[in-house]
Amino acid sequence: MTPIIECRGVQKWYAGVHALKNINLAVQRGEVVGLVGDNGAGKSTLIKILSGVHQPEAGAVLIEGRPVVLRSPKVAMRLGIETIYQTNSMVPTMSIARNLFLGREPISLGIGGIGLLDQARMRRESVQAIADVDLHLRSPDALVGELSGGQRQGVAIARAMHFKSKVLVLDEPTNHLSVKETNKVLGFIRGLKPQGVTGIFISHNIHHVFECCDRIVAMARGEIVFDSPVGGTNIDHIHDLL
Amino acid sequence: MRNLFRIYLEKPELAGIALLVILTGIFEVRSNGVFLGADNVRGILGLLPEVGLVSIGVTVLMICGEFDLSVGSVFALTPMLAAVLMERDMPFLPAVLIGLAVAAGIGFINGVITLRFGIPSFITTLGMLFMARSMTVVISGGFPPVLPDELPTWLFTQFIGPGGLIRVSFIWFVAIALLVSAMLSLTNFGNWLKSTGGFLEAASSLGIPVNRVKIICFMLSSVLAGFGGLIEVLRLGSPLPSIGEGLELQAVAAAVIGGTALNGGIGTVLGAVVGSLLIRVIDNGLVLTQVDSNWFKFAVGALTIFAVVANARLRRAARGIRIETRA
Repeated sequence: MTPIIECRGVQKWYAGVHALKNINLAVQRGEVVGLVGDNGAGKSTLIKILSGVHQPEAGAVLIEGRPVVLRSPKVAMRLGIETIYQTNSMVPTMSIARNLFLGREPISLGIGGIGLLDQARMRRESVQAIADVDLHLRSPDALVGELSGGQRQGVAIARAMHFKSKVLVLDEPTNHLSVKETNKVLGFIRGLKPQGVTGIFISHNIHHVFECCDRIVAMARGEIVFDSPVGGTNIDHIHDLL
Repeated sequence: MRNLFRIYLEKPELAGIALLVILTGIFEVRSNGVFLGADNVRGILGLLPEVGLVSIGVTVLMICGEFDLSVGSVFALTPMLAAVLMERDMPFLPAVLIGLAVAAGIGFINGVITLRFGIPSFITTLGMLFMARSMTVVISGGFPPVLPDELPTWLFTQFIGPGGLIRVSFIWFVAIALLVSAMLSLTNFGNWLKSTGGFLEAASSLGIPVNRVKIICFMLSSVLAGFGGLIEVLRLGSPLPSIGEGLELQAVAAAVIGGTALNGGIGTVLGAVVGSLLIRVIDNGLVLTQVDSNWFKFAVGALTIFAVVANARLRRAARGIRIETRA
């Protein structure tokens, strides 16, 4: 089966530091992969390449078997890779509906991409999108600033689902959250699989990864040092590796 | 507190409106009914568009997270340039359009320098404040040019309406305010603008062209300042090189009093209008109630500090809400 996303021989240097050394990683459709590793292991660099923030110096990224050039976050989003960052990708001073459609607003009477917002549609569809990830909020007009950290990540995931992302990259989405809120976010991630969405979940908390992923990939010093289905390993083993 | 935060975000101009009503009441009583008399209202509304237009531009720019201190100088430069060109026999319309284009160019330069070199717009536009003022004086040659007799001043400064209550400039002002307000709340560009000021990282990670949005706002702020200056010069009948001095700070004060947040993301056009009107009302009311009018700047300054303190408190409350978790 062709992997939905694949890195082939990806290399990256930062000011002389070899940050990624020949990374080969293939993720199948509907798989939820946990990417773990210490700080500086290369997780963030790999993620930034997948989300179009950085470009690799060598190697290729393939989506559904076709090589792609992820020139910018916008290009990555258009190709179906949506990234949710630990520092929220939501604007607290704006409503849920406006955040959900930010940058991809449905417009009418537009000239050159600028036009009137279809606010009724934005409200209607955001209510649906949020309900789809099993998050229940009073109103699409509520401000994101009023939501808890976990709820915000839920809205971010709902946004990715609504725009039919193929691959959802979650960059430490549980950082700075309370235990209860973390569990909520882990629940959202578990909900990806039944909907056929592929997930790459980055965390330095191995327990979180075990709770909601199918497969664990561990990185150290810019290389993938471990790759196994969750069933075939245990937490202690990975701890030892890192 | 949550509700207060919500009210502040949705209607940031509410406190300004309340203050406006209270002050109007006080001035009306203290001046024995002269304050709201037709003559006085005509005076207040006649001057409002000039400051008001500048405040609208500054407010929009503040919502997207930047400042413009050069508006007072552009306010003088645009009409001066138009007047100099008209003195050399250029017709009214092209002269004015060139003046406004130069204003737009200054806004563009403000934006590009700020973003290209990553410096605070506060500093870029402070520099531009001096440069644009200097250019104004230089092109005037030390003597204000004489405006031609045959100008369509009626299109801007004629008194119209019942009892000649308003000037045509007021119609321009209301129309521009409505247009900019619609742009902010009804279009996707408005969405981008608020997100750029509200949380720059989130906006750019979602592919919003944040730099382009900011540059457009810098240009809008400059053009509105130039247009305000044109109206003032047509009203006065002479392009003085000194007009608009200190106006940049009045515009920021109007924006802040109208509820615009200093860190961006929050603010409305109505707030800018209310803030400007408040400043005009204080200016006028102090004179009518026979308070020494030198207290005017004191009052505006105190009000500005008060508004920023109140905004900052609400912002802190908002952060509290963010940490709080709910099931």
